[in-house]
Amino acid sequence: MNAYQEFSIIGSRPVRPDGLDKVTGRARYGADLNMQGQIYGHIVRSPHAHAIIESIDTSQALATEGVLAVMTGADLPEPGDSVLGGGEGAIALKDLSPMVMSQGKVLFHSQAVAAVAATSPELAAQAAALIEVSYQVLPAVTDMHEALGADAPILHADRFPDGFPEEPTNLAAHISLEVGEPDAAFERADVVIEQTYSVPMCHQGYIEPHACVARVDAAGQVDLWCSTQGHFMVAQYTAALTGIDVGKVKVTASEIGGGFGGKTTVYLEPLAVVLAQKSGRPVKMIMDRGDVFRVTGPAPGAQTRVKLGATQDGQLVAADVECVMDSGAYSGNPASFPAFMATACYKLTDARSTGRAVYTNKPKIHAYRAPSVPQVTLGFELAMTELAAELGMDPLAFRLKNAVEEGDVNMMGAPYNRIGLRECLEVASNHAHYKAPVAEGEGRGVAAGYWINAGLQSSATLNVLSDGHLSILTGSPDIGGSRASMALMAAEVLGIPFEHIHPQIAATDAVGHCDVTGGSRTTLATGQAVIQAAEQCVAEMCRRAAAEWEVEAGVVTWSQGAAHYGEQSLTFEALARRAGTMGGPLTFSSSLTASSAAPSFGVHICDAKVDKETGRTTITRYTTIQDAGKAIHPAYVEGQMQGGAAQGIGWALNEEYLYDENGVLQNAGFLDYRIPVASDLPFIDTVIVEVPNPLHPFGVKGVGEVPIVPPMPAVAEAVYQSAGVRLRDMPLNPPKIVAALQEQ
Amino acid sequence: MNKPLNKMAVQATINGEPTAFLCSPGQVLADVLRDELELIGTKIGCNTGDCGACSVLVNDRLVCACLVLAAEIEGQAVQTIEGVAEGGVLHPVQQKLLEHAGLQCGICTPGVVVAAKALIEHNPNPTEEQARYWLAGNLCRCTGYDKIIRAVLDAAQQMREEAAV
Repeated sequence: MNAYQEFSIIGSRPVRPDGLDKVTGRARYGADLNMQGQIYGHIVRSPHAHAIIESIDTSQALATEGVLAVMTGADLPEPGDSVLGGGEGAIALKDLSPMVMSQGKVLFHSQAVAAVAATSPELAAQAAALIEVSYQVLPAVTDMHEALGADAPILHADRFPDGFPEEPTNLAAHISLEVGEPDAAFERADVVIEQTYSVPMCHQGYIEPHACVARVDAAGQVDLWCSTQGHFMVAQYTAALTGIDVGKVKVTASEIGGGFGGKTTVYLEPLAVVLAQKSGRPVKMIMDRGDVFRVTGPAPGAQTRVKLGATQDGQLVAADVECVMDSGAYSGNPASFPAFMATACYKLTDARSTGRAVYTNKPKIHAYRAPSVPQVTLGFELAMTELAAELGMDPLAFRLKNAVEEGDVNMMGAPYNRIGLRECLEVASNHAHYKAPVAEGEGRGVAAGYWINAGLQSSATLNVLSDGHLSILTGSPDIGGSRASMALMAAEVLGIPFEHIHPQIAATDAVGHCDVTGGSRTTLATGQAVIQAAEQCVAEMCRRAAAEWEVEAGVVTWSQGAAHYGEQSLTFEALARRAGTMGGPLTFSSSLTASSAAPSFGVHICDAKVDKETGRTTITRYTTIQDAGKAIHPAYVEGQMQGGAAQGIGWALNEEYLYDENGVLQNAGFLDYRIPVASDLPFIDTVIVEVPNPLHPFGVKGVGEVPIVPPMPAVAEAVYQSAGVRLRDMPLNPPKIVAALQEQ
Repeated sequence: MNKPLNKMAVQATINGEPTAFLCSPGQVLADVLRDELELIGTKIGCNTGDCGACSVLVNDRLVCACLVLAAEIEGQAVQTIEGVAEGGVLHPVQQKLLEHAGLQCGICTPGVVVAAKALIEHNPNPTEEQARYWLAGNLCRCTGYDKIIRAVLDAAQQMREEAAV
């Protein structure tokens, strides 16, 4: 039972508090702050994908007029064996530190090997070219299947994942989960399908490149401004990477120009801090777009083998899923999520799911919206559709027959609480889009998707201003409108106008700890901290009103933004104006580790038309249906659904990393790595389903990530239905479709 | 090595105001707007003319400011995002983007506003398809363009209605 059942302002669509700054160009992003006396950093990057650094000669660069500092990997402390939390999952310092700057060995093309700080960006770039690095070039492997081969070059000769202790391999991690007796269960199946599906490495594609500016003062205090999904994470990581006490690192989060998981780590920040330390001047660094593609966290490519068995009446009886994922040069552990979540939508008492991650000479993979789950879901959901066809069943009816509901357990043995998959499937089945006939020459695909959603740590501080306005401070960077949801939740509890609430993202020294904006957790967890602080405010205001009226606090009620007892009332504004004489300033804080997270489910319907001459696919109609628990600001929930769908469509049809034989990325720019543009897409219809999360006071469930999970299998099926050729390897770009049609 | 201090003097009209600045011969307009004139609303997403975040008007022509040499705008009129809201009143495109929630992270928004305003000035009654093709050079990774296109069409309709009164 949710603490709040009826809402007055939750569910409305006010203009976001930060909107005016953003439509007028005033909002300040990572590259938009300049510090007095700042100089500019430039990174020297490896021209090789796999090499040993024999020597680095920085003397010419350092001797150049206007160059104030030079650094190499030797300026970063030995990483040791420590493991950092706080980002999107834990990361070992020995994986993070060389990713930021190589210390002896280069494992991917364009890896940072040195950096220069000079008085102008041009001068820094020119001086960087004077740094001489001598490399012993090693053979590179960029294909994960080749990397597992017997004669593949080994990236980490010192790493032995559990169970494989004999010889070094490129196996980064493996996981195997099993429930029931899958092998025996397949015997009971009337129909068994087994296919292999693949998804290429791709990039989050945020439009704002990484950028920061760092100052280190004479007392060693670091003042860092950067674009990030979590400035507390930046402080922690930067401190660990540079050997500076985290208490001396203040980080202010700029406005963030997209992240999608890709800004839940650091790339430039520790380097800017070291250069600032060395030069005694603030150092600004902006990453080049090409380098954003070449060195920052792509999402792992993956191959998934799926074997499913069902009885003739459409009951799933067994599943066997085997997923191989590309980890890139360092461990990003992309294997565990798909292993655990592959089967999450369906009742399966007999299932096996294994995952392996493989090192390759490519950048270390990083989180991208529902990390690693779209990849495995392409396989599982497309296999579900193929199996439904073999059974002669409607693909949604087949899913509905097997969909998980409250009380079912997942692969980890954890039971589901009140979830909304069945509701989403029912809405999809009855939706006008699904009921409409498929247009001539077009095809239709459907798919479901799951994402676990995170809780993690959040804090909020509410300051009641003397005129009855309210400032909200949180430490959760606002990546998609979360300030609007914070203000809405406070307005709901307090009963004051939305416009009187001023939410801000405070620096690391001004508010309690917040984990990254990731895992679809901010509205849920940081919002819960806001709700709790607002409830404290209501309690204190009722107490003050009771004292004024000389009655017991328990008899005073709060509604419509005022304390009431009998005929008497005191408004929020009156209590704010008189705070000084009624008990002092009204400031309330709440910090929590949210245990209220609940999973999200979504169902997508896609119509597509393939031009059989050119192989070009046009998405003609697209509908997303998703359980949001409770939509705080429905327009921004729809925005997440539409944005995630668009990213998934791009991944299905066009996006992929293309490497040459030397491990050099061939499409490191928006011209050749083409994300969907406005003319590629139709309007994306949305239906928000609300099955309240019983663990959250407002019923909220995370909404940001699950929308990228269903598109690939939905699009792939629509392409099959339109073109008549079954393709299981993404992306479904024109050359691939034309080749398949010609082969047919 | 180039001498970074080798600067040219340029005079132009920026958002209606006569403006003079110094730039190096190779410096692009986007950098001058941001670094010399503190007009940080013009964003740089790629520096290769692929993303449209730096969209500005030069003599009413929509361009990527990262592809224009600053020295080229001598004597020209430049309008940036900072010049769109006149006298503190939002342009209908700006207002409708807010009402439709047509922005999430907002990094592409200034470029979208400049480009969409130019679209409506060029074609007061754009179809959905025309709006989509006109804005195809403005990448947005957050929204899937749905609410942006709705906002632009709504703004165009409002401007037509206002013009008819």
